[in-house]
Amino acid sequence: MRSTLPAEALDATDRLLINRLQDGLPLTHAPFGPVAAEAGIPEADIVARIAHLREIGAITRFGPFLDAEAMGGAFCLCAMAVPPARFDEVMTLVNAHPEVAHNYERLHRLNMWFVLACERPEEIAEAAARIEGETGLTVLRFPKLKEFFIGFRVEA
Amino acid sequence: MTLDATDRRILKATASGLPLTPHPFEEVGRWLFLPENEVIARMQAMQDDGVIRRVALAPNHYALGLAANGMSVWDIDDTHAEALGAQVGALPFVSHCYLRPRALPDWPYNLFAMLHGHSREEVEAKRAEVAALLGPAARGSDVLYSTRILKKSGMRLAGEG
Repeated sequence: MRSTLPAEALDATDRLLINRLQDGLPLTHAPFGPVAAEAGIPEADIVARIAHLREIGAITRFGPFLDAEAMGGAFCLCAMAVPPARFDEVMTLVNAHPEVAHNYERLHRLNMWFVLACERPEEIAEAAARIEGETGLTVLRFPKLKEFFIGFRVEA
Repeated sequence: MTLDATDRRILKATASGLPLTPHPFEEVGRWLFLPENEVIARMQAMQDDGVIRRVALAPNHYALGLAANGMSVWDIDDTHAEALGAQVGALPFVSHCYLRPRALPDWPYNLFAMLHGHSREEVEAKRAEVAALLGPAARGSDVLYSTRILKKSGMRLAGEG
């Protein structure tokens, strides 16, 4: 869903939950205890509100966020300059590869940006080479050299 | 960290989310025939090791009004890139921040920072804040707006095909 919820869709308690639960839940028998105490409502109501937030699309998921690389596997951001007349043809060729996890069209001469996700590092170069062979276009590879700690939170 | 079969069962069982009950880890244990304390201990070990970044809620940016995002890219002098990247990543409107290799001559940029705002104007204002923070160490920059999601598939667990 790409549309914005009306402001009245969320009350102050919903906003508190969204703001607090982005940071992470304690891994305990009663992980909602602290936020329930802060909101002044029972834990069962916290859970019901999370379900409601998911139903109305205010949140996309609630659960573990995994670091794909820590689990093993290799990832690489890639970009291509696709001639506009060939865009749909190239998109179909690229998306057909199971290694392509995400693919975005962006406003730039490099107009197709995708992430290759493979089990082993050497498979990244192999997948990129296959895409180059099929499309006749250069696949620029931008592997992550360093990831910085992120302070990003969405203010609800 | 090497995950064993039980770790993988826990990750698979929770891949689409935690059960919404006041005692979610007890419920995961019921699904997998594991005691709650083992579920918690294994998840804690995976979190301590970085396999699980956190157990949390993911807001829908668009629903909450953050409809605009732009991938800002910067050409930073290599000697300052790590220190400045850390400062950019700590900004509250930056959701991802990475150093990546340049691809000269096509691509001179080595720092990538995803910016979020309510509108493109707000994203541009945030880009100006980043530019002010970087100062003369930034020799060039651009911002790329996404116009379409062409593919988005869930991450596959390694070894599951």
